[in-house]
Amino acid sequence: MYRYSEFDRAFLAERNRQFRAQVARRIDGSLTEDEFKPLRLMNGLYLQLHAYMLRVAIPYGTLNPSQMRKLAEIADRWDKGYGHFTTRQNIQYNWPRLNEVPDILDALAEVGLHAIQTSGNTIRNVTADHFAGAAADEIADPRPVAELIRQWSTDHPEYQFLGRKFKIGITGATHDRAVIRAHDIGLRIVERDGAQGFEVVVGGGLGRTPMIGSTLRDFLPRADLLPYLEAVLTTYNLLGRRDNKFKARIKILLHEHGVDKIRALVEEQFLRLRGDFSGVDQQRLAEIETFFAPPAFRDAPSSAFDDARAADPVFRAWADTNLSAHRAPGYAIVTVSLKAHGATPGDASSDQMRLLADLAERYGHHELRISHEQNVILPHVHKSDLPALHAALRNAGLGTANIGLISDIIACPGMDYCALATARSIPVAQQIATRFEELKLEHDVGPLKIKISGCINACGHHHVGHIGILGLDRAGVENYQITLGGDATDDAAIGTRAGPGFSADDIVGAVERLVLAYLDLRESRDETFLHTFRRLGMAPFRAALYPRTSDMAA
Amino acid sequence: MPRPFTPKVVTASALIEGDVIYLTADDTWSRDLSRAEIITDEAHAQLRLLHAERQANELVGAYLADVAPGAGGPQPTHFREDFRRRGPSNYPHGKQEAV
Repeated sequence: MYRYSEFDRAFLAERNRQFRAQVARRIDGSLTEDEFKPLRLMNGLYLQLHAYMLRVAIPYGTLNPSQMRKLAEIADRWDKGYGHFTTRQNIQYNWPRLNEVPDILDALAEVGLHAIQTSGNTIRNVTADHFAGAAADEIADPRPVAELIRQWSTDHPEYQFLGRKFKIGITGATHDRAVIRAHDIGLRIVERDGAQGFEVVVGGGLGRTPMIGSTLRDFLPRADLLPYLEAVLTTYNLLGRRDNKFKARIKILLHEHGVDKIRALVEEQFLRLRGDFSGVDQQRLAEIETFFAPPAFRDAPSSAFDDARAADPVFRAWADTNLSAHRAPGYAIVTVSLKAHGATPGDASSDQMRLLADLAERYGHHELRISHEQNVILPHVHKSDLPALHAALRNAGLGTANIGLISDIIACPGMDYCALATARSIPVAQQIATRFEELKLEHDVGPLKIKISGCINACGHHHVGHIGILGLDRAGVENYQITLGGDATDDAAIGTRAGPGFSADDIVGAVERLVLAYLDLRESRDETFLHTFRRLGMAPFRAALYPRTSDMAA
Repeated sequence: MPRPFTPKVVTASALIEGDVIYLTADDTWSRDLSRAEIITDEAHAQLRLLHAERQANELVGAYLADVAPGAGGPQPTHFREDFRRRGPSNYPHGKQEAV
């Protein structure tokens, strides 16, 4: 993975020194809160409901064991012994003290991590397929490109004061695991006539006005990437609305002007900008790629895996849900669930982080990933090591066999932490996971994505959940709306609202009725919830949600 | 016709820790809502808020929050203020840890 150069280290040290002075001036009264707020946000520091929150970038979701251990050390030394992994491949600390944040940033810099552009109206942390470099369906590892974009966009003077935040996601695989159609710019590495390039998707996003992105270019030559990104960003920066923050995203531009006009404007900018790129960016990309060389995979028998799978039903259940196909023979991608039933989705204790770092060293070629689904990935594990790995995970409360199942819920922090939230989301996730654990139905139900947001900003991606739950404030009471039929993958779709919302006491029962209805309606065990919904539409599910017709009028 | 004034407390976040704090009748700041001054007069509320806002080196984001007088002191009338008073509800690790 990428290793910082002297330039990178000096840049971070200077940036942290500046912020340390800014914090000192806020505390001694030289800066007002109005003056200080944009400065702290530029360094990922929010003031939330109960405390400050520091959002640390995990670029393209990749960590090495030293970095993971540093995250654990920070959790112990300056926070409450845990961190929260988010849907944008960041980690958030919920309890830092203002005067200690500069020390935290210096500690992060020791391992090449930072909190720059994790907030503010700028290009945010570039996210990538969490199976990058390992997936069997991968055309090319997207992380070198993501790193190039990170270097290009970090402190880019033209893009520090955009109309709104700007999110870029990238995948190098045929199956989209990076939700590229819900990003301001989504990139997919594609091949044409033996050459690699990019499909460029623009104008996706969730939040108040959820939209699926449109393809601006179905094949952009690889060497044209940065000038084309500059063309998109410049078009957005010039044309984007600043009169209304709710209409300031690029998705609104596409909606208001149409994709053809935006494409024409971008192409015009691209022609103007292309000549400014001398090829240095491609040289830099080639250098970055050397850091992402695949590990030396070993050739060994995997009979230990087959034996354990045949003999141990607990291991079999875990292997069947938490492993994915690896490109190298004899290897698997392991997704470690941070969704133990009843736990807070995405939270990891410092002890768990340290164990994951140890296991990555022992079994995983020193690599870790964080997924947008709030789980941790060990991307390269030889199958013969899986029984021992699983035993170690189980001992640490990390052996939950639920990836892709009903309790593998994305949930934003909601009103338990977030100042923007209008209702809680974590307790709803905890209760749903616990309920289905008690019913012992989870594995029978099969693949089902529940995603929960505590406000309209949709950090929990509820719009693209098979079952989406949106928490709102209805006359001073928590109320939860359900959407159905959303999809975050290749056939990205925005879910449809089912009807009136449910109280906090009723939402879990409503989800249970939905799922039981699905079990009755499906044609076979192979027909997933989403497929059943697409076949039958809303009506039978709405009937299950609202068994009395009077409920619909509520 | 103007809406009747409902009881309030002055609340904010502590500058260094970010903790939820409440203004007491003796001009100190408490982490405990039960010690907060209940304000029943609108003019007095504005004066108390101004008093809080002048302490910008100790706190951030002072505002008036609705409460209802109760036997144990002021009680939140909205669930957001209830969570601010207690801390996160997902597991005991905020203020409720000490309760």
